[in-house]
Amino acid sequence: MRRRLIFFRFLAYFGALFVAVASGALYFFIISRGLPVLGGRLFFGDTPPLAAILGLRPVWDGIWPAFAGTFCLVLLTMLLAALPGIGCGIYLARFAEGRVRERLSFAVDLLAGVPSIVMGLFGFVLILLLRHTIAPQATTSISLAAFCLALLVMPALVVTTRSSLESLPPMLELTGASLGFSENQILRRLLLPAAARGILGGVILSMGRAAEDTAVIMLTGVVVNSGLPAGLAAKFEALPFLIYYTAAQYADESELLRGFGASLVLLLLSAFLTGGAWLCQRGMERRWKGIR
Amino acid sequence: MRNDRKRPLWLSVSALYVTALLATVFAFIIFCAVEGLFMSGPTLFTSTWAPEEQRFGILPMIAATAALSLSALALGWIVALGCLCHIHGFGGKISASLLSSLLRIMTATPTVVYGFASVFLLVPLIRGALGGSGFSWLTATLALALLITPTMVLAMEGAVTQVAEGSRLTAASLGFSRSEHFVFVVLPASGRWLRAAALLGFGRAAGDTMIPTMLAGNAVQYPLSPLDAIRTLTAHIGLVLSSDVGGTAYYSLFVAGGLLLALSVGANLLFRSVRRRGKL
Repeated sequence: MRRRLIFFRFLAYFGALFVAVASGALYFFIISRGLPVLGGRLFFGDTPPLAAILGLRPVWDGIWPAFAGTFCLVLLTMLLAALPGIGCGIYLARFAEGRVRERLSFAVDLLAGVPSIVMGLFGFVLILLLRHTIAPQATTSISLAAFCLALLVMPALVVTTRSSLESLPPMLELTGASLGFSENQILRRLLLPAAARGILGGVILSMGRAAEDTAVIMLTGVVVNSGLPAGLAAKFEALPFLIYYTAAQYADESELLRGFGASLVLLLLSAFLTGGAWLCQRGMERRWKGIR
Repeated sequence: MRNDRKRPLWLSVSALYVTALLATVFAFIIFCAVEGLFMSGPTLFTSTWAPEEQRFGILPMIAATAALSLSALALGWIVALGCLCHIHGFGGKISASLLSSLLRIMTATPTVVYGFASVFLLVPLIRGALGGSGFSWLTATLALALLITPTMVLAMEGAVTQVAEGSRLTAASLGFSRSEHFVFVVLPASGRWLRAAALLGFGRAAGDTMIPTMLAGNAVQYPLSPLDAIRTLTAHIGLVLSSDVGGTAYYSLFVAGGLLLALSVGANLLFRSVRRRGKL
């Protein structure tokens, strides 16, 4: 009895210390090295910011092209994933029943566990196939990367949409029905507005996931130096790949510092998106379950 | 009654669309893996990777994936269990809530940032303390364990909170302290869920690409000592495809992708069966 308590007490301190020391060192390291370089120069180098943002002048020694590439990638991914993901979630929560519901949620669960490199491989094979059949010029590009990322984040979107709809109190639906609303009116006028924050939280969370993933874009068209993305079929730069590349092949101190700056920017971006998603979902929980 | 509902068309269409996409991905990967099995010839399950000599052995990568994910899982699971003990039984109120917010922040941290920081922080440390290049099985294990810990803690926490709330009053009336309650009542009652969390962590560890690519050294060899540089299946796919070896080498990658898919599906199925049997 006594010994078991002591063992678990030891374990508790070991676990907490391991996590606190390791992640504390990691965050401190990134922030302390990245913070001094964070600023206009990190993004734009020697190019005037306005000209760089408008794409008039290329940026050679800044992370702006990578930042813009990630931004476009996330935007494109959400354009491809948001509508079907949310639609499928609503369908699962409200209309699917019995067998269909079980099988569909099983399939979504399975897909949620697929490693991102496998999704990248899928994209790569897709391009090989296209090249051998209908489109001999097809290469890996930002739209392919966005398509694969959309596949990667779709299951998460479906699950969050479904669970935010299902977490609403049943009295909402009953009230609607007793007032003579039709099924579609209940969904459109009552349930969707009530669950909107939760769904939005899911969307933001998927944006974070799309912004940070490296394995997929590595196989589907990211490059080190392409400038701003030039179109849907163009190669592109992205922050996570820039960080990976810097760790492997930096040439001098300034490139290394830029890598730290990029890491800090990506870290902040991720934290910002996740924090936003958390606020949305907590807001919804508070509203419908009462303050805990 | 539910059948009478008029379904909005776009909902059915999007459900159909998502299903079709998922089916396509699975069919594609499985088809390619089977094709790869036949096309890559007899050298596939050997130990030599030398594409210029038409030798495409991926056994060392399979061994590396197994070794790395299991070692990271072992360490990560113990750490996760420790964190759980700290949050629910042993830690003070402030340190427990600090720890759980830290874990939440960690889930938001990009994998590539973990990798980047480890390259410049952990690798020199290992190199200085134990010799070698620093890029090794051990380095990747430490970083990967840290990466999968928050996932597992969050998965365990859901079940543990439920069990703890159900039995708290009873335990308190029997004179159990908070930590005694946790160790002797809650943990034994939620053992199934702790194992399910390990399955989640395993899936995450085996599927991760960036940590092994950046930290494990990527040499094609069997993991015999913790200081060996190893190359996992995920890193192998990434490295070969981004370095344009081309040709028949791809077939072995398809097999690797198929294996990874099978691993994740297997872990997922086990997780589901554990969850179904242990419904709270």
